[in-house]
Amino acid sequence: MLELTHDDLCNMSHGETAFSIDDYKKGVPRWCPGCGDNSVLNSVQKLCKDKQLVPEKTVFVSGIGCSSRFPHYMNTYGFHGLHGRAFPVAEGVKFRRPDLNVFVITGDGDCCSIGTAHWIHAIRYNMNMTVLLLDNSIYGLTKKQTSPTSATGTKSNTHPKGSVLPPINPIQTTLSVSNASFVAQTVDWKPAHVFETIKAAYEHPGFSFVRVIQRCPKFMGDLYETTIADQSALTLLTHENGIKLDEKAEKSFKNIIQHNPSDINKGREYAEMKDSIPIGLFYQNKNAPRYDEYGAHNIGMPVTERITAINKELDKYAV
Amino acid sequence: MITTQSFPIEKEIKNRSITVSQHVVEIVSDSGEGAQKAGQSFGSISAKMGNGVWTVEIIPAEIQPPARSRAGASGIRIRIGSEKVTNMGDHANLVVALNEQVLYGRIAQDAYTKDTVILLENKWALKNKEEYTTALADFNAKGFKVIEIPMEAECMKYVSDAKKGKNMWVLGMLCEIYNRDITKAEDQIREVFKKKSEKVFEDNVNLLHGGYNWAKENLDLNFEIPPPENAGDQIVMNGNEAMAMGVMAAGIEVCAMYPITPATSISHKLAECFENAGGIVHQAEDEIAAIGFAIGSSYAGKTALTVTSGPGLALKTEFIGLAVMAEVPLVIIDVQRGGPSTGLPTKVEQGDLLAALYGEAGDAPKIIIAPSTIEECFHFVIKARKLAEQFRSPVFILSDTNLATGVSPFPRPKINVESFASPIDQSTWDKNVSPFDWDPKTGISKRPIPGQKDGMYTLTGLAHDEDSKVAYEPEINQKSSEARSRKIAAVLQTLKPPVVNGDESGDLLLVGWGSTKGAIEEAVATARKSGVKVSSLHLHFLSPMEPGLEDIFKKFKKVKTVELNYSDTIGDPLITKKSRRYAQLAWLLRAHTLVDVDCYSNVFGQPINPSKVLDMIKEKLK
Ligand SMILES: Cc1ncc(C[n+]2csc(CCOP(=O)(O)OP(=O)(O)O)c2C)c(N)n1
Ligand code: SF4
Ligand SMILES: [Mg+2]
Repeated sequence: MLELTHDDLCNMSHGETAFSIDDYKKGVPRWCPGCGDNSVLNSVQKLCKDKQLVPEKTVFVSGIGCSSRFPHYMNTYGFHGLHGRAFPVAEGVKFRRPDLNVFVITGDGDCCSIGTAHWIHAIRYNMNMTVLLLDNSIYGLTKKQTSPTSATGTKSNTHPKGSVLPPINPIQTTLSVSNASFVAQTVDWKPAHVFETIKAAYEHPGFSFVRVIQRCPKFMGDLYETTIADQSALTLLTHENGIKLDEKAEKSFKNIIQHNPSDINKGREYAEMKDSIPIGLFYQNKNAPRYDEYGAHNIGMPVTERITAINKELDKYAV
Repeated sequence: MITTQSFPIEKEIKNRSITVSQHVVEIVSDSGEGAQKAGQSFGSISAKMGNGVWTVEIIPAEIQPPARSRAGASGIRIRIGSEKVTNMGDHANLVVALNEQVLYGRIAQDAYTKDTVILLENKWALKNKEEYTTALADFNAKGFKVIEIPMEAECMKYVSDAKKGKNMWVLGMLCEIYNRDITKAEDQIREVFKKKSEKVFEDNVNLLHGGYNWAKENLDLNFEIPPPENAGDQIVMNGNEAMAMGVMAAGIEVCAMYPITPATSISHKLAECFENAGGIVHQAEDEIAAIGFAIGSSYAGKTALTVTSGPGLALKTEFIGLAVMAEVPLVIIDVQRGGPSTGLPTKVEQGDLLAALYGEAGDAPKIIIAPSTIEECFHFVIKARKLAEQFRSPVFILSDTNLATGVSPFPRPKINVESFASPIDQSTWDKNVSPFDWDPKTGISKRPIPGQKDGMYTLTGLAHDEDSKVAYEPEINQKSSEARSRKIAAVLQTLKPPVVNGDESGDLLLVGWGSTKGAIEEAVATARKSGVKVSSLHLHFLSPMEPGLEDIFKKFKKVKTVELNYSDTIGDPLITKKSRRYAQLAWLLRAHTLVDVDCYSNVFGQPINPSKVLDMIKEKLK
């Protein structure tokens, strides 16, 4: 068991002046104008500053896709790996280095198609990391192919007449995996909500899964235009234990539901909402078992002790 | 070096005791009768008495074949010698069979010869009279010396259910026949049944003594295999256990894997020992996740490990490419089995050499080493870990089923701090040094590790420049590819040409790699005794290929590899010198040296034995 808290471990500053938001920025993002990924990047950098995350003790792990370019724009450590395989890498990082802040950035193709097996198991491992699924309901990087989260009828280069299958609901899927511990949803065009959601996710001790509904103006055109215009198109799930907005931000919502995030059944019900997009915290359990704690129990033993143990083992084979 | 011989009766010492320099013993049965447990114990006891030992498991293709089926032969072969034993040998000298049908399976594999002594359970004479009688006639016709033994009836004197425990009675019988130390045998049983009750232990000790006493009173068979004078401080284990011990001694703390025969038992041993020796086995959701986890753990810490076999290796290739591209140190143990596809899960093959070398898309240079003995299984892990870190590269260790399950004693290694990975560097990184500051000559660069201040970079599998920035400029891709390739040339600089076993020139040079070393060298020794000008060479580095091969090859009239993988035979339909597909090392050596290297290989899934190599030598030099 870890005796220090996560913050003690990850964010022991080395006596420097406070980090400013610019300390977390790197390069110029190459996303299209109006791409929802930009808004997420801003919120994440703001979170890093608010929490004063030590840049060298922070790792962003991603797969492949437009969204997975994310780590290149963070002045922290980054791992831009393989399509669909961000989770195993992030798990290896966290397992070996519980003292690092680990973020995973993934896309809907990355997470819900090629990486599905890892996604399901990552939920179950419940290692302490913050996961942002940037879901634009399309394959962006490879230029408009149907994604598992594309709504039925979505016209794409692989289904010119419109996709035929019903989409996967990433929130419902995550909720259904045993040991799920933090499941939230937000939309890129509500930056205050994005920020509060990512903050709650970061603060959660375990695998925090956030689906960000993300605009891809390049390939999905004005998919969310009416949603943005219509105040009742979003439903805010809120609660004293959930994700809270300040009064001003809350005012921009017409539909507000008090949802206690410990109630998983209600959470599942809201996840199925049809005529409005629910945003907020669906479920949280701070006490779900964590695999990174199992990992940490036996790493970093002093070499002399290890040599003694190995010799003892060799004795059993002695001739 | 023990040389090949058939039933080597040398001299009689007392009435019934014959001294021999080596013997090949088998226990064969239906699966689930404990033959392997008895055989492993017999091997361990012999090793503990100072003898050279090599054991090979006899594994049926199916997990639970029907009883008394010919294809279901399950068991173990134990070869014991007065000197170091390096391979499974040729025909068995003595066989204990729990039924007569399984013997047919072994006969089909050419395991026995005229004069092989067979100790046969005789209860089937009543139960399956017809089959039993026919079999006896067949065996006698082949010249086997069959002795029928009431094993079950004898066991029933000690236990009510002879199915549990007949193996220990057999062990007792073998201990008497080979003058094994009965107290060492008792200690061994204690170890085998350490998790069981005292009653179980006692029953098994009674059975052990029962078998021992019965043999003493009833059998006119007794062999003395004197151990060498001073074998030194030795340990005895199989190749997978040696591999696991090597992992711990290398200071590797993370092993990420997905179960697959015959690699899994490495992780079993590690899971057990890590608890005391520090470290964790992560059983991932699949092989892709396993290697991804290991890479993540290496990237943020010290060289991690993944272990696998054929089908798992296929799944790992994309991540191996990433580890090469992004220069992440990693140790990959591939315990090869028969392929392609699911292939022969429990059988030996050396079929992954080219897959390891060239499996990934694009150019993915990496280091590949192959242990040839159980002792090397231990030491090569330490070597691999060091190479991975020094050259910032994935390192393959190619083992195989024969090494994985073979048991043999070797000098006890000294465990010292030097073999351990140094702690994770968390010092401040020099801002002026790029994360891929490729040395223009060696391609080597030092990597920043998360936690190191000022070392921040984003690792990527995309083409990248020294700063790890995604780069599409053609020169940068050319330059970074050169850097990665040059590291392999830099490893080569550290190697010496391999030493030829036998004369440095002659008519024929055999070249091998991996587990076949013992059999090849034994055959070469036997052939040389009869004046044949044959030598052998065994390669341990396959990438880079060891230096000086061309010069060595030129001193021989013919060069031929001996490998356990597929090659065409010239003269078969459509197969000519032009159309022939060569064995894997042969392909590489031909390309590497431009010498017309021939090959001798097969995919029977059996370890190679000295007499087959000997026959080939004679054939080749006709
Ligand atoms: C093994 C593999 N298969 C396919 C690809 C090609 N590929 C790159 S990104 C991508 C889909 C990206 O979609 P998504 O994950 O939704 O990310 P987005 O670009 O929309 O952010 C595909 C198919 C790849 N890089 N690797
Ligand atoms: S293609 Fe879509 S997802 Fe990709 S950068 Fe452009 S807008 Fe964003
Ligand atoms: Mg997408």
